[in-house]
Amino acid sequence: MNFDSYDIGGFYDELFDDSSEPRNFVAPLIKKINTLSKRELKRRRLAADRALKQQGITFSVYGDKQGIEKIFPFDIIPRVIPGSEWDRLERGLKQRIKALNLFIDDVYNEQRIFRDKVVPKNLIKSSSTYLKECEGLKPPKGIWIHITGTDLVRDKDGEFYVLEDNLRCPSGVSYVLENRAILKKTFPDVFHTMKVRRVAEYPDQLYETLMHLAPESSKDPSIVVLTPGIYNSAYFEHTYLAQEMGVTLAQGSDLTVINDEVMLRTTKGFRKVDVIYRRIDDDFLDPQVFNPDSLLGVPGLINAYCKGKVALANAPGTGIADDKAVYSYVPKIIKYYLGEEAIIPNVPTYLCDNKKDREYVLDNLKDLVVKAVDQSGGYGMLIGPKSKKKEREEFKEKIKANPRAYIAQPTLALSRSPTVVEEGIEGRHVDIRPYILYGKDIFVTPGGLTRVALVKGSLVVNSSQGGGSKDTWVLEGDEIPC
Amino acid sequence: MLSRVANSIYWMSRYLERLDSISRFINVNYFLMLEKAATDEPTQWGPLIFASGDDKLFFERYKKSDEKSVIKFLSFDEENPNSIISCVKNARENARTVREIIPTEQWEVTNELYYYVKDEAKKKKHSELQDFYKAIKAYNNQIIGLIHNSLTHDQAWHFLKLAQYLERADKIARLLDVKYFSLLPNPTYVDSPYDAIEWGAVLKSVNAFQMYRQKYHRINYENVSEFLIYDRDFPRSMSFCVNEAFNSLNKIIAIIKEDEGIKSCKNSKSSSEIPAERRMKDLKYMLDSNDTKNILAIGLHEFIDDFQMKLNEVDEAIYNSFFALKEFSFT
Repeated sequence: MNFDSYDIGGFYDELFDDSSEPRNFVAPLIKKINTLSKRELKRRRLAADRALKQQGITFSVYGDKQGIEKIFPFDIIPRVIPGSEWDRLERGLKQRIKALNLFIDDVYNEQRIFRDKVVPKNLIKSSSTYLKECEGLKPPKGIWIHITGTDLVRDKDGEFYVLEDNLRCPSGVSYVLENRAILKKTFPDVFHTMKVRRVAEYPDQLYETLMHLAPESSKDPSIVVLTPGIYNSAYFEHTYLAQEMGVTLAQGSDLTVINDEVMLRTTKGFRKVDVIYRRIDDDFLDPQVFNPDSLLGVPGLINAYCKGKVALANAPGTGIADDKAVYSYVPKIIKYYLGEEAIIPNVPTYLCDNKKDREYVLDNLKDLVVKAVDQSGGYGMLIGPKSKKKEREEFKEKIKANPRAYIAQPTLALSRSPTVVEEGIEGRHVDIRPYILYGKDIFVTPGGLTRVALVKGSLVVNSSQGGGSKDTWVLEGDEIPC
Repeated sequence: MLSRVANSIYWMSRYLERLDSISRFINVNYFLMLEKAATDEPTQWGPLIFASGDDKLFFERYKKSDEKSVIKFLSFDEENPNSIISCVKNARENARTVREIIPTEQWEVTNELYYYVKDEAKKKKHSELQDFYKAIKAYNNQIIGLIHNSLTHDQAWHFLKLAQYLERADKIARLLDVKYFSLLPNPTYVDSPYDAIEWGAVLKSVNAFQMYRQKYHRINYENVSEFLIYDRDFPRSMSFCVNEAFNSLNKIIAIIKEDEGIKSCKNSKSSSEIPAERRMKDLKYMLDSNDTKNILAIGLHEFIDDFQMKLNEVDEAIYNSFFALKEFSFT
């Protein structure tokens, strides 16, 4: 029996309770896996890998001349979330996105929140993600953050926390959909019994979200997905989403701006574009406005955008709200704009820019996680308990040299979930990234991408650093119907 | 359709057709050489290199055109841009940039083919080569079948066909040219059993043997030439290919003009004749205004030289007409 010697190892486990018994709502899944021989388990794992490779569901590894494509490692044991727990998270995410959108709009326009001294003005103005070019900008329908992927983690106490708001170009949603397609083949009967909520409508919802931005004057709006191209690590996802929505996948060189209209170069001549779902970072969008060396973007795009000739999702400048120092203010931001308490709490955060916080951080580096405020993907991080003395000394110097650029958080004991490894099944740390779409309404995909740190004991779940993923099953209710 | 996408589809299709041709050529030649072994005649792998058009590159990289080097060069040599492995890589790379356009299953099989060839290339010994070429053909048939049955017959489809038939016409012409050159100099061979074997192999190389038999029964070079240049109904004759390419090009142009009629877009192309149209007409006229007898009298080689020059002009004109859209040409 595969789970006989399963040990939760003192962590919160997603599928097992404190006495290492399966949680009530996962009983059919655990029972099924227990009936499989080790060999059969391995066979199903290899079949899943093979399917990913055959379908070309891969990401490119940067810095490799050969352009090596790797599959994003996939674990066949799903992470399961009972319905009522998810419903609360969904409410919390909607609340957060609504408030953050109001915040961004305020920061670039009226700036009430500075006058009311809720968020210090210099914190915003000193952020590298603040775009002067967006001052006074009124994006279509007042929406800035159309697509968000918020990272949540669960701590030892079983409580979910928001770890990061990814408000720029969050990736990974294609894996949610593909993982589901594969897992339905891996455990069809259990999937059926457990009444799992659907994720398949994401592309339809995304399409509606983008259509919502199209100018009303346009009778047959044209939407494109803008990709940096085939060598981008998320290229598969860009093709996938374009294909699922049936819209054009364009590269910067396919677009040109003529008389402030953004045009596609087609075999039939130039064709106007109304909405761009851009998967290119702000910096590279338009060499006339931002990074002049960018070959990925479209010269004149921002001008066309500011004149309301084309809509962009997400709007430029949204990075200001996922600056990790601004993050620490989000509960206050929610309270300020919505008059509500945050439903999902933040992880306590020390701002190195504050003298008191900084002193604490410098004295306690060994117990803290330090992050650069404007980076993501697991880069620019120090995990105190796993760090070497030399690394800590380096970070001390960096923090002292530029305190605004760093924050620190206590090291969380991330929850674990059973994962197939060489030795059998063991617990591995996980996080979760639900995807939120802001169009006519706010829509949250049930579940999201569960990322798993495959290396034993590791807390880093990023694909660039040895992470894998799991399917996430949000159940219709809390109990399994017998 | 995006110009870049049309370009990728065009090249994906050309590379798929190209790798299919190469594997047929090699496979047929292999069996032909086995036959020759029985009569102790010298084996001939050189003509295959000339038919590929990459003879210069080959002799830079290999000393002799023996079986081993020719098979390596044409199948697994990544330095040869037209080897099977290079074609597969390029076909797949192009497919990958348009995977949102082409049927998903077609992408998956193309991807599978890529991994298959890559794995085969790694093997030190190629004792099971027959299986390899057979598998290549099977993959290619599967891909063509998937395209045929699941892609909408609009622009993408016609660019695909245009590329496929131009590529095929080119390969048939080359093969005919090289074989003619190497077989005819010895008049004693003409209409001998040896001749039948050799020309039979030419037919087999383009999968034409059976259909030829049904029409002509006996094998001789005049009929083989007639069949491969002019047969109106056989899908691997030069004339058939040019007609199909011509039709697809016309369809593409019709789709573009029809669309412009509806939308009356400012940057329209409809007013002037599209360069690709002119060049394609030249190519078709060259075939239509001639016949086999005449061609053989003036010299097949000269004719094919001219044919290939015109093919290249068509290819270039397609690029300029559809893929390389420049702002200044319309303002």
